[in-house]
Order: sequence, then structure tokens, then C-alpha cells
Amino acid sequence: MVLLKLKFPFQKRVRLAQGLWLLSWVAMFSGAVTFATGVFLKTELHRRSEVMHSMDIHIVPNLLMAVGLASVGINICAGKVCQDSLDPSRFPRWKTLLLPFFCLSVFFTSLLLVAMILSYALQPSLEESLKIGLKNGIRFYKDTDTPGRCFQKETIDRLQIEFQCCGNTNYRDWFEVQWISNRYLDFTSKEVKDRVRSNVDGRYLLDGVPFSCCNPASPRPCIQYSLLDNNAHYNYEYQSEELNLYNRGCRQALVSYYMGLMNTIGPCVLLVFLLQMAILVGLRYLQTAMEGVLGQENVEIETEGYILEKGVKETLLETKEKMMKLLQFAQVGDASAETPGSEPEAEKPATA
Amino acid sequence: MAVLKVTFTKTNRDKLAQVLWVLNWVSVVTGVTLFSMGLFLKVEIEKRRELMSKEIDSVPNMLICVGLTACAINFLGGKICYDCVDTTKFLRWKLLMLPYITCTFFFTFCILVGALMCYSMRKDLEESLYFGLRDAMRYYKDTDMPGRCYIKRTMDMLQMQFQCCGNGGYRDWFHIQWISNRYLNLSNSDVVERIRSNVEGKYLIDGVPFSCCGLYSPRPCIQHQITNNSAHYNYDYLKEDLNLNRRGCLQALLEHYTQIMQSIGLIVLIIWLFEVSVLTGVRYLQTAMENVLRQGDPDCESDGWLLENSIADTARYNFNIIKNLGKCYQVDDDPNIDVPSTSRQMQENVPVKQIPEAR
Repeated sequence: MVLLKLKFPFQKRVRLAQGLWLLSWVAMFSGAVTFATGVFLKTELHRRSEVMHSMDIHIVPNLLMAVGLASVGINICAGKVCQDSLDPSRFPRWKTLLLPFFCLSVFFTSLLLVAMILSYALQPSLEESLKIGLKNGIRFYKDTDTPGRCFQKETIDRLQIEFQCCGNTNYRDWFEVQWISNRYLDFTSKEVKDRVRSNVDGRYLLDGVPFSCCNPASPRPCIQYSLLDNNAHYNYEYQSEELNLYNRGCRQALVSYYMGLMNTIGPCVLLVFLLQMAILVGLRYLQTAMEGVLGQENVEIETEGYILEKGVKETLLETKEKMMKLLQFAQVGDASAETPGSEPEAEKPATA
Repeated sequence: MAVLKVTFTKTNRDKLAQVLWVLNWVSVVTGVTLFSMGLFLKVEIEKRRELMSKEIDSVPNMLICVGLTACAINFLGGKICYDCVDTTKFLRWKLLMLPYITCTFFFTFCILVGALMCYSMRKDLEESLYFGLRDAMRYYKDTDMPGRCYIKRTMDMLQMQFQCCGNGGYRDWFHIQWISNRYLNLSNSDVVERIRSNVEGKYLIDGVPFSCCGLYSPRPCIQHQITNNSAHYNYDYLKEDLNLNRRGCLQALLEHYTQIMQSIGLIVLIIWLFEVSVLTGVRYLQTAMENVLRQGDPDCESDGWLLENSIADTARYNFNIIKNLGKCYQVDDDPNIDVPSTSRQMQENVPVKQIPEAR
């Protein structure tokens, strides 16, 4: 049974072709926008690559870029098909190309949906990547004289200022790492010696944070050191002091930022997907309707258009059979190539 | 003798009218550009309003006004040029043409003034920023005073964003008390001594706010006891270039605004040149069309010019018009204005000569 059959008079076919031609140009533009979105997202992720452990999330912008470019190509092609479908003499040249074209188009269009799903599905992966990346970033903060890590301090400071965050989860993360290089510690000082000795790993830990954790919204000058010691500062109580430092961790800030981007990009990608699907459905109707005109003297006759010639189940079975035949044919070809001497022997006449 | 006389055929006139019609529409877009740039500059200045002692709105306001005027004038110009293809349609604009060209000339002059103002604004801006930043630093500590509670935040944001420190440099912070008494332990001997040692009873320190810290410094930021080498290990404040932002915020902001002004100034100058060329074209079209009307043949050749007489003659002629206008207004003050003259009485006694009617 034919799936979603529609009747198309000549006028309706012309209108469909013109409408699809216009839509394919709109979709081409939206494909370019999708590509640009992918580039933007890739750039944004790349900017923070120093505080990311894995690059799994890059699959989303890569998909968007690939699909965006493919969409431009597909829609230029679709526009050409629509233009040629108005002229029955020019349409037959597309007959053999249209089936592979549809398969390719459906594949790339479904990738849009995959990209959108992945953008949400990879959130835990992004979070984990940032957690490890930021942990390493904070750990290597002091290594300004180590090649390959010399800009880590600047990166973390910039990040904390730009995103108004502090540490990985919060400012207390800085208390657990030595973020002041030994180069700037006076080891002749008793206070420094005692602090280093009191630590198992021989690290210089203190209840202080870098300047980039300071919050400009605080009414008092920033307190960076002896944060847990109320006696070290006048009129100060660290439990109730909320504005002195940024309370939000950088992981949360970055995840919120990237998910905000994804949440904006997601619906746009969905709209592009729906538009692309609408064009493909329309193009399929146009193709099947035009096939009814081929070989007819009167090109203005009414024809039928459909999505599938048979039901979904039957079409799937038929496709499966075709694939099996193709595979068998390939195997047979391989076997004959392996035993080239067997054929002439079989052809010899039998001798008594 | 006419200045820059050019002869136009019917085809030339039509082409000129069409080109000017397009150019007028392009000028509408340039008007929108002028308006947008004025608005952008106004917003940029407004963003730093707290750091300026006096308002510097003349340039953006000028650009906004000129931009809107450009849209209106060039919209009208487009309509005129469109109608200039047809001689009969041109007749209705004939009276408006001279006032239109005069207005456009003054408006074009205003664009030039706007462009020059962009370049001359630096001095006022520098003065305004100098006093504005000085006051902002002075009120940095007053976070609990209404009207000044956001000055600290503004100043910190500025220093972080522009990577600057103080007004002329970080040492400016040493001359003011930037820590509020609210956060000073006045029972502490060190604090008391420091206040006593100052004539005005201010708590001055060789320290700066956290926002002065340099991002590129390889070591954790040193904010307090900056000039005391022995207070920090492996430190020499004379050689330490990266610890704090060296550049003053006055210089940073001036550079920021100067860059914007120079870019806008250049664009406005280009727009001015474009407007002058459009105005010249419209003037040629007007004079050529008027000469067509004089000759009575719409398809004939006609001369177009910028000025009918030489520049000196035109100036003299316009000066006389202005002088006569002045005299015209002075007539009202004449004490003899209501006294009937003998000549008038004699004229009244003269019998009126009747004109015979044509039968």
C-alpha cells in the first residue's frame, strides 16, 4: 500500500516546485547559519581548551559544521531539481540521481537531530572534563617558570575575573593546593618552614586565594589571606562574609555558560531540521508526481505523489533484501577472484 | 561669469537625475549610520558617566541630530531628483529648490563641524576624565554613603577591564585614603600612628586595591607595602614591572575614546565628502532644469553651474540682500511712518485714468 498518497494537478505541481525552490534557498541560508554556529561553538570551546581535560564535546560543533556545509550543498541541489521539474524535458536527467540524493540528505539531516541530542547528552561529560581540567589548572597555577605551563596563571586569573568565579567548586579549593611558587617563598622564615613541615606532602598551603577571586561588589577592600581567621581582620566574620570573594565555582560558571549556548543553539538546530525535513518530504512528493508525467504526451495531466511506494514494513524488507543481495554479490565476486583456475576446468568436455 | 559651467543634454540630465536619486537613498543610509555612531558614542560616554566631571554630550548629540536631518533631507532630495526627469513635475519643486540647496549646504557644513568636533573633543574629555577619576578615587571608600555606594565597584571594574591603575599611575592610590574607617581598627597602635602622622588625619598606605593587580605577573600579586622591598621575599619594586598595571586609567580611557572618535571622525569626513558631491550634483541638476524651463523646450541642451556669477559677485549680492533685510526691519522704528506726506496728498488728488474695456 502506498504511503501518504496525494493527487497533484499541473497547477499544484508548479506551485510545489516554486515553493520548494524558495524554501531550498532559505534552507541554504539556514545551513550557512548552522555552519557559523558550529564555528562559533568550536571557537568558544577552544578558548577554554586549557581548562578542559577531554575533547568529547567537540563532536557537537564538528557535527554542526559538517551538517551546515552539507546542507548548503544539498539545498543548492534541491533548488536545481525544483527548477528543472518545471520543465519535463530536463527532469529525467535527475531520475537516477534522486534516490542516492535522498539517502544522503536524510542521513545528514538526521545528523542535525543527533547533534542536538548530543549537546544535551554530553553535559555530564563536559562537566567531568571541566572538573579535571580546572583541577589541573589550579594545580599548575604556580608553575609560571615551567615551559608549557607558564600561561596557566594568566588563564585561570582571566577565567575567574571574566566568569566571576573562584576555584573549581568554590574558593576553598585554593586552600588545598600550593598556588604560591617556592621561588617566592622565604625558606629562612620560621612561619614558612612551619607551614611546609606541617604538611604531609611538604606543600605550602594557606587559607588564601589569588586576587582574581576578589569580588568588586564587596563594600570593603578585598581580604585574600587568612580568610578563616576572624581575628586577623577587623570587623570581619568569614561565615557571614558573602561579598568579599566570588562564591560560585568556575566549573559551575563554565557549565552554565556552555549549556546556555547549547540551549540557544538547540532550538535553532531543531528548526533547521524541521525545515530540511519539510523540503525533503516536498521534494519526494515532487519527484514521484513528476515520474507520472514522464513519457506522457500531455504534461499537464494530474499525477499522484507519495512518500513510499509500499508500506514502511515492506519497504524496509525490500531494502534489506537488496542489501543482502549486494553483499552476496560482493562475496561471490571475491570467491571467483580467489580461484581463477576452476572455471576452465569446469568447461572441459567430459572424457569417457 | 558662471562658476564651473557644464552643458547637459536631455540624456545627461536624465542620467544625472537617476544617479542622484540613487545617491540620495545611499545618503539616507549614511544618515542612519551617522545617527547610529552618535548613539554608540553617547552610550559609550554614558557607561563611564560616573568617571567624568562634566558632560561631554555635544559631539554625540551633534551626530544624532545631523544623522536624523540627513535622513530627512536626503529623502526629500531623492523625491526631487526622481521628479526632475519630468519637466512638468519639476515645476512644483522649482520654488523649493533654492531653500532646499541652502539648507543642505548648511547641513553639510554641520557634518564637517561634527567631524572636526570628533578630533577637537580630546582636550575637554581629558580634563573631564582627570577630575572625574580623581573624585572617584577619593570616594572609593564611601561604600556606605548614598550616591557613592557603587563608586568602588565602578572603579574596580574599570581597572580590571582597562588593565590600568589610578589616575596617572598606581602611585595615585598612595595619596588618598581608600580604606574606610569602618574597616580600620582604631584601637591598633599602627593604625593610630599612621593617622596621626598625616596632617589631614587620613590613613595613607603604600598599597593599592586588588583590581590594580597585573594579570601577566608570574608571582602572586603584591598589593600592600609596595615600596618596601624587605616586606616581600625576592622583590624589588623598582624592577617589578608586571606586578601591577602600570598604565593610568586616564591614559587608558583617553586612548579608548580617542580611538573611537578618530574612527567616527574619519567616517564622518567620508560622509561629508559624499554629501558635498551629492549637493554639487543637485545644484547642477537644478540650474540645468531651470535653464530648460527658460528655453521652453524639454529636449534641448542646457547649461548647469554652481554659481551664476563669480564667488565675489555672489557674496556681494547675498550681503546686499542681508543688508536690505536689515533695513526692512528698521522701517518699523521710523517716527514719521504715520505722518502723511505732501507727495501722497498730491497723488490722491490726481484723477484716476480709466482703462477702456475691450468690447
